[in-house]
Amino acid sequence: MRNSTVSNIVGFISFVFLQVFILNHVDFLGYVNPYLYIIFILFLPIGMKQWKVLILSFLLGLVMDIFDDSGGIHTSACLVIAYFRPFFLQTSFGLSFDNRTINFYRSPFKERFLYILLMVLVHHLVLFSLVFFDFSHVFLILKNVIFSGIFTSLLIMITMVLLRRSK
Amino acid sequence: MSNLLDFFIRHKNTLLFLLLLALSLGFTFQTHSYQKSKFISSTNAVSGGFYKWDTGAKAYFNLKGENERLIEENKRLRQNLYNLGVARDSIEWIEDTLFYDTPYKIYNAKVIANRYRGLDNYILIDKGAMDGIEPELGVATPEGILGVVEDVSRHYARVISVLNSNLAINAQLKKSEHFGTLSWDGQDPNILNLIDIPRTATVSKGDTIMTNGRSLIFPKGILIGVVDKAKIRSGQNYYDIRVKLFNDMTAIENVYVIKNASRPEADSLRYRNEK
Repeated sequence: MRNSTVSNIVGFISFVFLQVFILNHVDFLGYVNPYLYIIFILFLPIGMKQWKVLILSFLLGLVMDIFDDSGGIHTSACLVIAYFRPFFLQTSFGLSFDNRTINFYRSPFKERFLYILLMVLVHHLVLFSLVFFDFSHVFLILKNVIFSGIFTSLLIMITMVLLRRSK
Repeated sequence: MSNLLDFFIRHKNTLLFLLLLALSLGFTFQTHSYQKSKFISSTNAVSGGFYKWDTGAKAYFNLKGENERLIEENKRLRQNLYNLGVARDSIEWIEDTLFYDTPYKIYNAKVIANRYRGLDNYILIDKGAMDGIEPELGVATPEGILGVVEDVSRHYARVISVLNSNLAINAQLKKSEHFGTLSWDGQDPNILNLIDIPRTATVSKGDTIMTNGRSLIFPKGILIGVVDKAKIRSGQNYYDIRVKLFNDMTAIENVYVIKNASRPEADSLRYRNEK
């Protein structure tokens, strides 16, 4: 129990720092930016109580918003994916979610990829809708969601490979 | 009663989610309305301190380019200074108190966080109330304008960038006195839109746009950019002008905060007239 708490805190802090000081400056092609920090929400332990997941996601988003001066956009986006996390887990992993036997690192590629893609796209959709905050910018929103979404998903897959190696 | 309690327990996650979501959407809507002091802000000591430390580490990599920019500016200022000296010698110069009582005071500052991706962007600088910075002072770079101070803490200030849909700045053509309003549409961080220049003005590609001095935030004559495209929409009496900025808004380090000492006096007069 204590061990997982410590590793959660370390994960929280390191992903925030990675995001704020390195990834927020990527700006590939001028506007494509990966939001890797949500990997923290994606891979919280399956058995964790839902209210804890919500609180942690709220805090993570809040910290990102403070650094980004962006009001509550990250917080809202994080909360939405935290809330829908059980449904996405169910959709992607099916039976192994019901039995609570998911191992993110050993699950079949297809299931894992579906889960990551669902979470990333929903997060980005909420995020960019709130950034532009105007239906006249709908193409700008979709463009950002798609390109940043692909970038983020790829980066999450790569990070997972690296994390598995180190284990 | 027990039914109610039951309901709360059964839906506690959804209720918690809705509560927190309402809170965060509240923060979001607050940022989309101009001139509100924000609750969630990077001017606080912790994130401000981290950004300062981060900038300190990165500054070394930009030293060369930044030096060149400052040398270029020095050259321009020196040129103006010498020309002024010539002008002073050639006309009879009367030394009076006007010359000593300069209305503009300049503070230098460093950008420690710069954003240009969203629709409403802010910039954080490393000077605050302790250094004499106040809200509504203009901020410029060696190459052009940057924004207006919106909020200050003790050691930091948040600048509302020209790349923010809430900011509108008075600007005029350098070659004539026609003025209009400059704003951003959220697309390209190097392009601003200038509207309300009447069609009686002649505008062509490459004309220089500068500040107007009417708002008393910026002194007149700070360069902004050049006309990239100018057209009159059919049936309209005003130009739609795309202005390409001199500044590269994505690479800014040293900035100047400009305080206009005569502004309170002018403001008090303005508001007295309105009453």
